[in-house]
Amino acid sequence: MAGNTSEKWQGGLLGWIDARFPLSSMWYDHLARYYAPKNFNFWYYFGSLALMVLVLQIITGIWLTMNYKPDATLAFNSVEYIMRDVNWGWLIRYMHSTGASFFFIVVYLHMFRGLIYGSFKKPRELIWIFGMIIYVCLMAEAFMGYLLPWGQMSYWGAQVIISLFGAIPGIGDSLALWIRGDFVIADATLNRFFAFHVIAVPIVLLALVVLHILALHEVGSNNPDGVEIKKNKDANGIPLDGIPFHPYYTVKDIVGVAVFLIVFCSVVFFMPEMGGWFLERDNFIPADPLKTPVHIVPLWYFTPFYAVLRAVPDKFLGVVAMGAAIFALFLLPWLDRSPVKSIRYRGTVYKIAVAVFVVSFVALGYLGTQPATPVMTNFARLFSLLYFGFFAALLIIPSFEKTKPVPDRVTS
Amino acid sequence: MKKQLFVLLLALAPAWAFAAGGEGIHLDKANIDPTNTQSLQRGARLFVNYCLSCHSASLMRYERMGKDLGISEQLVSENLMFTGGKVGELMTVATAPADAKEWFGTVPPDLTVIARARGVDWLYTYLRSFYLDDSRHIGVNNLVFPDVGMPHVLWELQGWQEPIITTVKDHEGKETKVVDLELVEPGLLTPKEYDRAVRDLVNFLDYMGEPAKHERRALGVKVLMFLFLFLVLAYLLKREYWKDVH
Repeated sequence: MAGNTSEKWQGGLLGWIDARFPLSSMWYDHLARYYAPKNFNFWYYFGSLALMVLVLQIITGIWLTMNYKPDATLAFNSVEYIMRDVNWGWLIRYMHSTGASFFFIVVYLHMFRGLIYGSFKKPRELIWIFGMIIYVCLMAEAFMGYLLPWGQMSYWGAQVIISLFGAIPGIGDSLALWIRGDFVIADATLNRFFAFHVIAVPIVLLALVVLHILALHEVGSNNPDGVEIKKNKDANGIPLDGIPFHPYYTVKDIVGVAVFLIVFCSVVFFMPEMGGWFLERDNFIPADPLKTPVHIVPLWYFTPFYAVLRAVPDKFLGVVAMGAAIFALFLLPWLDRSPVKSIRYRGTVYKIAVAVFVVSFVALGYLGTQPATPVMTNFARLFSLLYFGFFAALLIIPSFEKTKPVPDRVTS
Repeated sequence: MKKQLFVLLLALAPAWAFAAGGEGIHLDKANIDPTNTQSLQRGARLFVNYCLSCHSASLMRYERMGKDLGISEQLVSENLMFTGGKVGELMTVATAPADAKEWFGTVPPDLTVIARARGVDWLYTYLRSFYLDDSRHIGVNNLVFPDVGMPHVLWELQGWQEPIITTVKDHEGKETKVVDLELVEPGLLTPKEYDRAVRDLVNFLDYMGEPAKHERRALGVKVLMFLFLFLVLAYLLKREYWKDVH
């Protein structure tokens, strides 16, 4: 009897809530009766991992804010104070700094998945657009966050990137001045970047993530075969190739989380600087407006676009090219008109184009970290052309491409 | 699955291969041993005796240093704190920045995180590369840091070195100058002892750059052990649930 009453009470409470808030229906719509294709592979872990890293960044960020001082005279020391005098401060800080880089690793892999399985194609264009806006916000978030430790690389990296706005004809200089709030990067810049980094951008990011997931759950997930599982339903209207997200993908994603955390914690605990790729050496020298570092490099996740920027001889056109390199990704759903979604059933030319695109992106990423010698610049030009060439090729390839027949049902 | 992982590794390979690249002058390996408490204690003694009069370590507390290096509070305040004050204080320096600027041409940098900015090999080589140079107002120069503002503070330990400049021709006939250093006036320590002293000092600087390093690694082992166990359980749970999926 006792068990009976407690059950009744639970049902009663849930009933009480459901009459006032769609708790049960949200649970069913987005988890327990959200039917996802059963053939998700390795590439499908990175969506849930990105969400987890976002939560991790927000939580560690809140705790960092408790001791960080957004003041040009105190910022550098307050970070070291966190590393030394705050209980577990070093762990929170390393999780946050490592999390920033892992966010980009996970998001790049997530985007690559969308690219090879055609997950941006009709009817998922808006999911892709929301995702791209998330990516751009993430870049803004990371860029502004990197100023906060107020080291040499924070300072000069921000100086270089903001000066890019100065290249815009006419309004450039006043625009750069307006962004900085001073004639050089200074206390005013640090304060506003702090405000954007901890409040404005995170709020926008969270809202966009909700939109991204709502749009996904409206049309349903794509899969490695690029087959629409909603086309084949059983008598109850449940997709034949679909399985409820919860419990099947929740338990599967937990395995992904475990593997991810093993890699993540290996970095946090054993190589938090990652050989200067996650925490740069020069950033352990306090910001000095009078001493320019010999070699200013943005963090690794920006370097592909930085290489495109430097490949163009004219500064303004370089900024335009860099913007175009990001904007081109937004246009993917309308550039690639092939009705076949998954790379599995596309022709050889398409596969080669994707491979060239990936190699170009990685090569540009490397070149962006190197001094711009004439040889390196020529390589950057070559790979920039290949990078943009991929988008041009997408327009043409479907017209002559011999695709393989796409199956009706997913393959396992 | 395996193929995809391989492609992923292949894509990331260039980044790691090139990350190893260095530049400029050859640096000797410091070969420090952060677990050697005695070396760290000797390093701390050298640091407070020779460095702390001009350089600060203003983000480090004497108390923390004593705790981590196994030196009692009493010993710290009697032997390592020359300016008095409380053991919980930061390792600041009394020299006014304006004076320092006048004496050295630049304010000596704070050394708390210098090992993380420069790297231990750089510091180890730098402190062993001072040589006599009459053209400079401080009388010395440095191979690793040309026209450095810092005098050879450790001279009484090392003695004085003079440069031997030899010109080497390679097979294309291109001439390059190689500067080698020769000890012309011995100090209190033999070259071998001096190398060890510098290694101790660099070991201490490395510790000071990140006092939590030891704790970090020790905790990391436990965290990873837990995560591997968690992975096994998570995988078994997944396999159990997925038995229904055909």
